[in-house]
Amino acid sequence: MAVRTYYTREHEWVRIEDGVAVCGITDYAQTQLGDVVYVELPEVGAEIARDGEAAVVESTKAASDVYAPVTGTIVAVNDRLEESPDLVNESAEDQGWFFRMEIGDEGELDELMDEEGYQAFVEELD
Amino acid sequence: MAELIKTPLHAMHLAAGARMEPFVGYDMPLRYPQGSVAEHNQARNRAALFDVSHMGQLRLMGEGADAALERLVPGDIQGLGDGAMRYTLFTLENGGILDDLIVSRVPGGLGLVVNAARRNQDTEHLRRHLGGRVDIVPEPDRALLALQGPAAAAVLADFADLPFMAWREGEACGVPARVSRSGYTGEDGFELSVAGADAEALAGRLLAHEAVAWAGLDARNSLRLEAGLCLYGRDLDEDTTPLEAGLGWTMPKRRREERNFPGAARILDNPPARRRAGMRPEGRVIAREGSDLLDGSGEPVGWVASGGFSPVLGGPVAMGYLPLALTAPGTEVAFDIRGKPRPGRVVRLPFVPHNYFRG
Repeated sequence: MAVRTYYTREHEWVRIEDGVAVCGITDYAQTQLGDVVYVELPEVGAEIARDGEAAVVESTKAASDVYAPVTGTIVAVNDRLEESPDLVNESAEDQGWFFRMEIGDEGELDELMDEEGYQAFVEELD
Repeated sequence: MAELIKTPLHAMHLAAGARMEPFVGYDMPLRYPQGSVAEHNQARNRAALFDVSHMGQLRLMGEGADAALERLVPGDIQGLGDGAMRYTLFTLENGGILDDLIVSRVPGGLGLVVNAARRNQDTEHLRRHLGGRVDIVPEPDRALLALQGPAAAAVLADFADLPFMAWREGEACGVPARVSRSGYTGEDGFELSVAGADAEALAGRLLAHEAVAWAGLDARNSLRLEAGLCLYGRDLDEDTTPLEAGLGWTMPKRRREERNFPGAARILDNPPARRRAGMRPEGRVIAREGSDLLDGSGEPVGWVASGGFSPVLGGPVAMGYLPLALTAPGTEVAFDIRGKPRPGRVVRLPFVPHNYFRG
């Protein structure tokens, strides 16, 4: 079975890879933001509750908060974004990931949208 | 909310896939599918076309319009030769700035281009002070396009002889236009005022040139910031004097001696305590408008007025207000960004050299 990706109403995605939650912002979010020129990432070791501020993504136009889709501890951040924030535009849901979290309660994922649900959600927004 | 006003080029923006945004009552293109950074680079390297039809165009007609306007601005308007234009400011009695504007000498009077956000205040100000002396003629049916970039002169070859800040009437791509060698990007280029009904034809013919592509308001902002140019509402306002803003050059000797513009004594007799300065934060974090500027001991001493990402420098730039003693290039300042002090330093403006055609 393919790895499932979950989505938040704030346009973050999360999926479990090798037992940790990989998180980023959605492709829809990056098209809304426009060119991403800076990403402020959390510190490794930071404990962040679900919906807590985890990162800041800056487009040419504005800064936007990125929230943790689930509760957990940051175990890695995507250092490539420091030099190449445009990876978020090019590959929002893959190479442009923001951080990895160790999470306690995978049950939190069930409260998020699946891909189909998220597609329907953003179609409502447009 | 009142319905947004559409410029004569609105349908073309939609057809080009623009992302539109409300901007001072207008539905304006923020960016196109190529993205703000590509649009910015288009203006720096080739030629970018901007719809700036939201800006207020009006005429002051009648004999003595130049002397009359000098009652409201500190610039040399009487000295404007035929076909010449100048950047100036409406000053206020408190020494602050009501708006910045471009004034052109036109047959029988003056042409003004003012900020969209200030058009109503400006028109009211003109009526109150100059009504009866000059005819104030708004031109709401005209569109304004800006073609900016090093390739602009080849595209409008018939006007390539015009020097910076000069204009004339003529046919641009077969459309009757007032064409000026001007703009607000720091690049060589033109601004074209045309009848609204002709705007689509002109834009279409300009875009048919391989060197020309649309650019939106987001790129316009990063271009003027790199060029160290002030944006009304951010860098200029009713509580900022021309000297604080570093715009003393707009007040020539004759006008400083005559002291007959609003706020002249306040502006000229009070050495400014703060001044607009250019700054570069270290690293890539963006300092945006409203961020506090901190001195070496971490005390707030000023604020960022305009801040953003410079595509040419590949990093953040900012303009802000600092105590005079801290405005020398090289001075270390810190930016309070989301509660954390971030180091940076004062640099000379503009961030990117101007590329005007001086003839």
